[in-house]
Amino acid sequence: MIPAPFEYIAAESPGHALELLADYGDEAKLLAGGHSLLPMMKLRLATPAVLIDIGRLEQLAGVQADDGELVIGATTRHADLAAAELVRAEAPLLAYAAAQVGDPQIRHRGTIGGSLSHADPAADLPMALVALGGSVEIQGPGGSRVVAADDFFQGFFETALGPDELLSAVRVPRRPGVPWGYQKFVRRSNDWAIVGVAVVDGRIALANMGATPLRATAAERALAEGASPAAAAEHAADGTSPGEDMHADREYRRHLARVLTRRALEHQTG
Amino acid sequence: MTRIELTVNGDKRSDEVEPRLLLVHYLRETCGLRAANVGCDTTSCGACTVLLDGRSVKSCTVLAVQAAGQDVVTSEGLSADGELHPVQAAFRLNHGLQCGFCTPGMVMAAVGLLAENPHPTEEEVRAGLEGNLCRCTGYHNIIRAVLAAADTQAEVQA
Ligand SMILES: Cc1cc2nc3c(=O)[nH]c(=O)nc-3n(C[C@H](O)[C@H](O)[C@H](O)COP(=O)(O)OP(=O)(O)OC[C@H]3O[C@@H](n4cnc5c(N)ncnc54)[C@H](O)[C@@H]3O)c2cc1C
Ligand code: FES
Ligand code: FES
Repeated sequence: MIPAPFEYIAAESPGHALELLADYGDEAKLLAGGHSLLPMMKLRLATPAVLIDIGRLEQLAGVQADDGELVIGATTRHADLAAAELVRAEAPLLAYAAAQVGDPQIRHRGTIGGSLSHADPAADLPMALVALGGSVEIQGPGGSRVVAADDFFQGFFETALGPDELLSAVRVPRRPGVPWGYQKFVRRSNDWAIVGVAVVDGRIALANMGATPLRATAAERALAEGASPAAAAEHAADGTSPGEDMHADREYRRHLARVLTRRALEHQTG
Repeated sequence: MTRIELTVNGDKRSDEVEPRLLLVHYLRETCGLRAANVGCDTTSCGACTVLLDGRSVKSCTVLAVQAAGQDVVTSEGLSADGELHPVQAAFRLNHGLQCGFCTPGMVMAAVGLLAENPHPTEEEVRAGLEGNLCRCTGYHNIIRAVLAAADTQAEVQA
């Protein structure tokens, strides 16, 4: 399968990428790791006229501490996120989630910024960001802004990013030692979650239970009111209306959300 | 067309390519290196695995232009002067292949894995090769081969 023809431009800096986005408008797409975009282009589900490659911009990669938050550059690859000492120590759920993405070859290419911008509700890192209560930094023609995870994911593969904007970094709170749990249900290794659950300090996020990663607010409330993990988990699917596919129908997904939430709550580390 | 300069199996190359050319097609058709196979063409099987700057990647999901300025190694580039690389030799010795279609990709994934983790446990080898499918062997001999290669590499370095 061969993508439709396009023009390729390697951006020289984040600013250059923004200029190119402004020049080409809707015709252009950013290319980071290419592990969501290239498969879609090979199937001709995406046919951008111009690809702006930001995948090798050093300025956009790496992990730093900034007061109470870790700041992770958008082009940090999944393998590097999973291995980063600072992330493993202070936001271990995020490092673990990165290690659950696909397989080693995919983790050597895919980036956190690409995964969040793609906003697949079944993906690992969007769910992790929601559970951690993190945010994203967005740069655009009018400057930069920070958007909380809960507001960033707006619909099925839809985010708060405008067509002329770039996600430059990801922020998560530094919380060493806070208990966390992670459950991903798959039938094949290297696959997306049929249902996923990430738990940090009483916040519960679900993958593939709706159009975006979701908070299991009813279960969170029950926990806060003193319910046992098992009792709280009974509310994990309340208010959700997940999609159906060859892997699972709606009721089975709701069942999985309850079971996986109980497991995530009962088997926390940290 | 875009000009790319890169290193393939130690040789510096400079080629005009269409931006949409996939790295696997560049290697097979432009460079004439046929080790990396196209199995699934959907990032699933790993038959197209090569090393890009030392890390295993699926070359059906990388553009040749994305490899510009980098170092690509295919299974052909592992053996020097007709000597098999320890991982290739271990696959042969341990019957880590039958039809051989998955083998160049398996070998490159294994080389990448051992570079990151020179002394993996059996469990780590299984997880480390999760991106590579084999329809023949049932995997056991592949796992044995990679563990054996890790031992030989340790001996060579000792
Ligand atoms: C076989 C396979 C299995 C996979 N399994 C999993 C899995 O188990 N779990 C999982 O979570 N994911 C999985 N993935 C997806 C993988 O995580 C991708 O790496 C990720 O979704 C996209 O990141 P990328 O850097 O490759 O983005 P790209 O493909 O380069 O880009 C994706 C989209 O985001 C846009 N974009 C990229 N970077 C930015 C930015 N900085 N700012 C604004 N827009 C941007 C692009 O324009 C494009 O629209 C899998 C992929 C494959 C091919
Ligand atoms: S051909 Fe590339 S992963 Fe199967
Ligand atoms: S040996 Fe035939 S696919 Fe692996």
